[in-house]
Amino acid sequence: MPVIAHRIAIASAAAFAVLAATASGALAQKKYDTGATDTEIRIGNIMPYSGPASAYGVIGKTEAAYFKKINDAGGINGRKINFISYDDSYSPPKTVEQARKLVESDEVLFIFNPLGTPPNSAIHKYMNSKKVPQLFVATGATKWNDPKDFPWTMGWQPSYQSESRIYAKYLLKEKPAAKIAVLYQNDDYGKDYLKGLKDGLGAKAAAMIIAEESYETTEPTIDNHIVKLKSTGADVFVDITTPKFAAQAIKKVAEIEWKPLHILNNVGASVGSVIKPAGYQNAQDIISAAYLKDVSDPQWDNDPGMKQFLDFLAKDFPEGNKLDGSVIVGYGVAQTLVQVLKQCGDNLTRENIMKQAASLKDFRTEVLLPGIKINTSATNFAPISQLQLQRFKGERWELFGDIISGDVGG
Amino acid sequence: MSAVQETVTEAPAVEAVPKRAMTLGAGSSLVMLALLILVPLFVKNFIIFQLTMLLIYGLAVLALNILTGGSGQFSLGQSAFYAVGAYTSAILIEHVGMNYALTLPIAGVVCFGFGFLFGQPALRLSGVYLALATFALATAMPQLLKLGVFETWTGGVQGLVVTKPDAPFGLPMSQDMWLYYFTLVITVAIYIFSVNLLKSRSGRAFMAIRDNEIAASAMGIDVALYKTLAFGVSAGITGVAGGLGAIAVQFVAPDGYTITLAISLFLGMVVGGVGWLPGSIVGSAFIIFVPNIAEGISKGLSGAVFGVLLFLIIFLVPHGARQIAMIAQQLLGKLKKS
Repeated sequence: MPVIAHRIAIASAAAFAVLAATASGALAQKKYDTGATDTEIRIGNIMPYSGPASAYGVIGKTEAAYFKKINDAGGINGRKINFISYDDSYSPPKTVEQARKLVESDEVLFIFNPLGTPPNSAIHKYMNSKKVPQLFVATGATKWNDPKDFPWTMGWQPSYQSESRIYAKYLLKEKPAAKIAVLYQNDDYGKDYLKGLKDGLGAKAAAMIIAEESYETTEPTIDNHIVKLKSTGADVFVDITTPKFAAQAIKKVAEIEWKPLHILNNVGASVGSVIKPAGYQNAQDIISAAYLKDVSDPQWDNDPGMKQFLDFLAKDFPEGNKLDGSVIVGYGVAQTLVQVLKQCGDNLTRENIMKQAASLKDFRTEVLLPGIKINTSATNFAPISQLQLQRFKGERWELFGDIISGDVGG
Repeated sequence: MSAVQETVTEAPAVEAVPKRAMTLGAGSSLVMLALLILVPLFVKNFIIFQLTMLLIYGLAVLALNILTGGSGQFSLGQSAFYAVGAYTSAILIEHVGMNYALTLPIAGVVCFGFGFLFGQPALRLSGVYLALATFALATAMPQLLKLGVFETWTGGVQGLVVTKPDAPFGLPMSQDMWLYYFTLVITVAIYIFSVNLLKSRSGRAFMAIRDNEIAASAMGIDVALYKTLAFGVSAGITGVAGGLGAIAVQFVAPDGYTITLAISLFLGMVVGGVGWLPGSIVGSAFIIFVPNIAEGISKGLSGAVFGVLLFLIIFLVPHGARQIAMIAQQLLGKLKKS
């Protein structure tokens, strides 16, 4: 039976060739840097679990819970996430120590979502000189979008400056003769917002902004600043404050019967932790901008994305407070990372992590507002740069206008 | 009761530590030094970095020890001097382009002046009131650093990034190792200076003031001068430590020098043993490593665990590392006899 023998020979040769091709293909594809193996991806994280900014520590806890959920469901491409999260108490020297520990001692593949502008500034140079990704940093400073000089660092949330540029655009269009009074927190966050506002107003900034007041986070109340700003006769109040102070400001503005156009930054725009305590009747017609859905806003009650998030909270993270805006941020950023790791496939090198993080195309996590998409490229390291304006009516935010891109420079 | 009577009857806030008990014998000092020289040769860069920080905080604790253990004055404001030193070095390196080694003496002198001047009004205060005045200094410092007036120099809230020096003369050493030995040399020099200072006339004057101010002034000691001098020396050494810290961490920002740092240094001094200079390094180890251990035990309750550990130490060995060293010495003595 020479024919059959011949056929078998051909078939087996073909099968062997196919097998060899797949085997060598798989070998060629599987590439690892320190911190990644066939079974594990080691990820570092630094959070202020103690100290002045400890309220944000919940972001790290949310991420840990989300990665556990992913691991329980089989991990990413068969690899489990080993999430190592350290406390830096929001102190830059401690951040440096923890980052070095993660990179040099724990040998993580990359550091994900370290929190705060000063801590991230402290490790910015170190991470880039070590060529270890400093991925999706949890701060809205504008400087993280600098792929040319710092190709190993990337932000996530919209930058503070892009948000306040959107307000400037709105004011220039709707109220070009506005007399603006600004209240801002005296730190990097407050100053970044203020800069964005001024840049957005451009040449008219000096004429339009008639008063600037700053407050320290250590002040028990900001009432006196509000009274002072009212006395300047301003008809627009740009309110750059964190939740506790935002609630105070809304209350005081109503109490002294100042009726300006009140623009409240996204940081202090939570319905649950700011507007409800300040009183719904005091917050009518306030304008803000958003990129995430607000859990306490009833319009998302039947939203499938919100339901998934609430399911996650109920099943995997019962200790999380759904009204805490940080929880939803942690959830969203963790989902974005999972997407990046999925895209990486079996090529888990640091270079490919950055490459995939910079090739997100119209990616959405369900907690983003409808229409907002995450896009990155080799020259754009600002994943979320869209926001939508919203006005407070009754007991909820009403979105209005189009999705606006606030890219700095655009 | 008159003010004089009050001062006399008041129990001294810091117990009298005899001069000889403030330092370590020559033998143990050499063993310690040998360890500090040899260990970095066998460990990872990250550990060398931690050891560098150990020396730097050790210097800052030592400075506080001279002030409190030596002259009996309290300070919760060491973070302010540390910050001034750090910023002086950082600004000189980054804006003026000065060599990092030259910035350290300048940082020291600037802080000496700052501490000396601060010591003037502080003279009128003692005990807890002085502690409060320095506390105010520590609270004010981060805000002063943020002031718009200085922003072109300090970088405001964004801080300043400092370039890390390479080993000179082409020495085959990593940056971390070079910086460690550089820090070690400075630390040893300052330690020897401090030991000699406390043994000198000035040191005896400090201690006389600590033990009884009125008696000291009756003996002809210029109390005002020596009190401010102690403040100046302490601030100067803290400033050098701050400058080294800025170079090692490669970054300065107001948030790095809050009151928490001042309290940590104070804690380090108490754990190491008030008035016992070698204890400074033990105290420094405590404030660097114990928070990490506490975090390892429980992430959510790291603060509470740290508190419990601290409480245990204060309860079991109220005199800190000095007490342990003395017990060890006695045991050794017994062994030798038997």
